[in-house]
Amino acid sequence: MSTDPLRTLLESAFPDATELDVIDRTGGGDHFQVVVTAPSLAGLSLVEQHRRVYEALSTPLADGTIHELRIKTKGAT
Amino acid sequence: MSYSEKIREVIDGSDVALFMKGTPAFVMCGNSDRALQALRRAGAPVTAVDVLPDPAIRQELTAISGWPTIPQVFVKGELVGGADIVEELEQSGELERTLRERLGDDYGDARSEQTVALAGQA
Repeated sequence: MSTDPLRTLLESAFPDATELDVIDRTGGGDHFQVVVTAPSLAGLSLVEQHRRVYEALSTPLADGTIHELRIKTKGAT
Repeated sequence: MSYSEKIREVIDGSDVALFMKGTPAFVMCGNSDRALQALRRAGAPVTAVDVLPDPAIRQELTAISGWPTIPQVFVKGELVGGADIVEELEQSGELERTLRERLGDDYGDARSEQTVALAGQA
């Protein structure tokens, strides 16, 4: 899949994001890197921050659309 | 013993548990390798479990941890994260701090690496 549907899912999960990026790492449409910086992540452990991303992308993760996901999150703006 | 009981035993009974694809001697996935290398750089005493021999291992692990992907790293029974987090923590020096806090200052002395097989023993 293209990065657009993933970006849409993340945008609705993190409406306050100051940085939001989805990169297709291999060009094959199934290995992605996402970057999310949002004030709503502040104060959460990295485990909790990544859990929020996994929750936002639970459908494409569960159905195999996302074969591999790298996550970079930050709590500050 | 069921897989989930065995998984619990490894998570709770290991200083550092790494659930991975393959074994430290024969890693089958780039992300598992990233986590393993970060743990090695931090001198962590790793107990590795290969999730590949039976898909049920991974399913039951995810049911326990609530973490959807492999690898998964636990320190003293607590989920530290997957490859991205462990790498990030190692680069910032926080992984070593966490290991020192939870395992003691001399945690690196043991520097043992062992592999536990969950399948084929039931």
